[in-house]
Amino acid sequence: MVLLGITAAMLFFVWRYRLKRNPLASNIEGNAMMEIVWTALPTALVMVMFWYGWAGYQSSRSVPPDAMPVKVTARMWSWMFEYANGKVHHELFVPLDKPVKLILASQDVNHSLYIPAVRIKQDCIPGRESYLWFRPTKLETYDIQCAEFCGTEHSNMLSKVRVVSASDFETWYNTIEPVDENSGERLVQIYGCLSCHTTDGGKKVGPSFKGIYGERQTVLVRRREMNIDVDDEYLLESMREPNAKIVKGYPPNQMPSQEGILSDEQMTAIVKYIQELK
Amino acid sequence: MASTVVTHTPAVLNYLEEKGRHAGILSWVLSTDHKRIGLLYMYTMFAFFGVGVLMGLILRLELLTPGPTIPGFTANMYNAVFTLHGVIMIFLFVIPGLPAIFGNFCMPIMIGARDVAFPRLNLLSWYCFIVGAGIAVLALFTGQGFPDTGWTFYVPYSLRTGTNVTLGMLGAFIIGWSSILTGLNFLVTIHRMRAPGMGWFQMPLFVWALYATAWIQVIATPVVGITLALVMLERAIDVGIFNPALGGDPILFQHMFWIYSHPAVYIMILPAMGAISEIIPTFAGRTIFGYKAIALSSLSIASVGYLVWAHHMFTTPMSLAALFVFSLLTFFVAIPSGVKVFNWVATLYKGSIDLRSPLLFALSFIFLFSIGGLTGLANGALGPNLHIHDTYFIVGHFHYVMFGGTGFGLFAALHYWFPKMYGRMYNERLAWYYWALMFVGFNMLYFSMLILGMEGNPRRYYDYLPRFQTWHVVSTVGSWILVAGLLMMAYNFIRSARRGAPAPANPWGGVTLEWTVPSPPPVENFHEIPRWEGSAYHGFEKLQRRRSEAQ
Repeated sequence: MVLLGITAAMLFFVWRYRLKRNPLASNIEGNAMMEIVWTALPTALVMVMFWYGWAGYQSSRSVPPDAMPVKVTARMWSWMFEYANGKVHHELFVPLDKPVKLILASQDVNHSLYIPAVRIKQDCIPGRESYLWFRPTKLETYDIQCAEFCGTEHSNMLSKVRVVSASDFETWYNTIEPVDENSGERLVQIYGCLSCHTTDGGKKVGPSFKGIYGERQTVLVRRREMNIDVDDEYLLESMREPNAKIVKGYPPNQMPSQEGILSDEQMTAIVKYIQELK
Repeated sequence: MASTVVTHTPAVLNYLEEKGRHAGILSWVLSTDHKRIGLLYMYTMFAFFGVGVLMGLILRLELLTPGPTIPGFTANMYNAVFTLHGVIMIFLFVIPGLPAIFGNFCMPIMIGARDVAFPRLNLLSWYCFIVGAGIAVLALFTGQGFPDTGWTFYVPYSLRTGTNVTLGMLGAFIIGWSSILTGLNFLVTIHRMRAPGMGWFQMPLFVWALYATAWIQVIATPVVGITLALVMLERAIDVGIFNPALGGDPILFQHMFWIYSHPAVYIMILPAMGAISEIIPTFAGRTIFGYKAIALSSLSIASVGYLVWAHHMFTTPMSLAALFVFSLLTFFVAIPSGVKVFNWVATLYKGSIDLRSPLLFALSFIFLFSIGGLTGLANGALGPNLHIHDTYFIVGHFHYVMFGGTGFGLFAALHYWFPKMYGRMYNERLAWYYWALMFVGFNMLYFSMLILGMEGNPRRYYDYLPRFQTWHVVSTVGSWILVAGLLMMAYNFIRSARRGAPAPANPWGGVTLEWTVPSPPPVENFHEIPRWEGSAYHGFEKLQRRRSEAQ
C-alpha cells in the first residue's frame, strides 16, 4: 500500500510536472506540517506492526504446561530426537493435537531447526539450550530443514515431522527395539551416520562403509601419515574420537563424537554391520 | 540547460592531463589528487564487482535445478563461492561504495576545497584497500582454499573449518583500516575546509550523508577489527573467547560482529541516499523539499542504527527483554528513511522534470529501496521473523537494499557525475535500454527470492527441495537479464570515457559547486577558493528567474 502510493505519486509527478508541460518550477523549500505528518503517521503505523509482531512472538514463547518434551540434538549433519522414555529417532514423530516442546542443543557448530509448515525456527547453539513449541493440527508430514549454515552438507541436513494419531503414536513410542548384533543397519540410519557415509561405495563427506573393513588405509595422525588396517578397534576409536585417525583425502573436524550417545552394544552392532558390508 | 560562469584559466591542466612528478601508471598510483584517488577506487572496485557478479551468476546457475547442476561443482565449492561473493560485494564494493568513488571525487569540490584534509593519508587508504584485497585473493589460491563460512564468519564453524579463514579475515581486517582512515579524512575535511560562507546547513546533502557515514566508519569499524582479530587468535592459539569447547560463547561473536556489521549497512546506504538528494533537485529544476529534515535524518539513521544490531539474531537464545527492545528500535530506524523518501517524492511536486538517465536510476532507487525497507519491517517484527529468518526472504530483502538501493544509487551517481569525471557524455538512449533490462532482470532475480523465502527455502543451500524449483528458475533467468544490462552499461561508460561527446561544465543544470568548475576539473579544482552565499540549492532561484525572463 505505502509502496504503491509512493510509486504512483512519483510517476504522476514525473508526468504532470515534466519539463515540457511545466517549464517553470516552484521552489518550495519545505513544509513543517508535512514533515510532522509523515513522521508521526509512519511512527504510529510501525508501532502497530511492532506490537503485532511482539504479541505473536510472545505466544510462540509460552509453552503450554502439558507439552510433550523432546530433546533435539543437532550435529553435522543430522537431527537426533530423544523422547522422555529414552527412545531415539532421526525423524520427529508427534501425536495429533498435542503440543510438543522441543529442547534444542547442538553438539558441534550452530544449527537452526526450521519447520516451514508451522512457520517456526530456533537456533541450536553449542553450549546453550534453547526451545521451541508447536501444536500439530493435521495428520501430515512436514519438512525439517537446517536454517543456520553449518558446512558441507548444510542443505542436506533434513528431516521430517510425522504427525500421527494419538494411538499410533502410543504404539510407536512404546516400541523399543532391542539392541542386538543385527541392529547395525537400523542404527546407522537413526543416528545420522548415512548423512556422510554411504553403503554403496560412493564417496561423501566420509569414506563409504562398504568394503572398508579389513582394508589397509593411510590415515593422518596429528598430520603424520601412517598405515593401518581397518578393524574393530579402529572403527570403535573412530566413533569415540573421530579426529584421532582421519583417512587420507577426507577433511578433519567434521564428524561428531558418538561417545555417550551410542552405547557399547550399539557401537559393536555398527561395527558388525560395516564388517558385513563387503 | 544553464551554463554557469567558469573561473578557469587555460594555463591550468585538467587532472587527467596533469601528470605531476611521475609518468605513466605511477602518476596514478602515487597521486595524492583526490580525483585521481577516486578513480583508482572506482577502477579497482568495479574490477572486484565484476568478479562478484560472476560468482553470483555461478551460484544462480547451480540453483537452476535441484541437486548438482554444474558438472563438477561440489557443495564445498558452492559454499566457498557464496562466501567469496559476499566478501567481495560487501568488503570490496558496497562498503567503500560511493564515499570511496564519489566522496573522494566530488566532496572536496562540493565544499569548495582544493583537496581532502590529508591527501597522503587518502592514498594510504587506497593502499590498505588494495593490500587487504590482495591478501583475500591470496586466500583463494593457498592452503585449503577460500573460507566456506559465509561472509559472516560465524563461530564455531569458522574455528573448525580447514579452509583459509585466518587469511580471509586478515584481508578484511586491513580493508577496515582503509574505511577508518577515509572516514577520518572526510570528517576533518568537512569540519575544517568548507568554503568561506558555507555553514553546516548550506552544505549539499551528499556531503551531509558522507559526514554521517564517516562517523560510523570511524566508530564502528574498530569493533569488527577486534572481533576478527579475536577469531584469528582463537584459531591460532585457542584463547577461548568464542569457542564453546573452551568455555567461550559463540553468541558473543554474533553480537560483536553485528555491532559493526549492522551500522555498516548504513555506511553502504547513506551515501547513496545523499547522491539521490543531489540528483532529484537537479532534474526537477528546483530546490530540495525539506533540506533540514533530510540532513538530520542522515544523522538520526547513523545514530539509531547503532542500537539495532541484535535483530540479526532473533532466533538465537536471547532474553525476551532484549528481543522486545531490539525489535522496537528496529522499527524506529525505519522512520528517518521514510522521511527521506517522502521528501524526495515531494521534491518532484511542482518541479520542472527532465527525465534523464540519472533521474531514471534515482527513481528506481526509491522504488527498489522502498521494497527493501518494507520487507525489512517484516524482518524486524518478531513473529514473522521466526519464519523468514535465514531464508531466501532475507537474501531478497538485503539485495533490494544493497543492490536496488546502494547499487542503483551508485549507478545513478555514475550517470550524474560521469561527465564531470571525464569531460565526456555517454549515450543517453543506450542508458534507457540497459536501465530497462536491469530493472526487469533485478526484480525477477530478487522478487523470486522473497517468494522462495516465504515458502520456506533456507539460504546458503547448495541443494533444495524440488517444490521450490519454479521460482529458482525465474530467479536464475532474471540474473542473466540483469547481467546483460550491466554489460551494456559497462560498454557505454568504457566507450564514452574515450570517445564520448565533450561535456560542458554543467550539462544538467546543477547548482552545487562541482558544476562551476570545468569538466574534467583542473588540478586543485579552484583557481580561487569560492565564497558561498545562501542556502545549498539557492542557485535554482536564479535559474528559474533566467528561464521566466527568456519566456
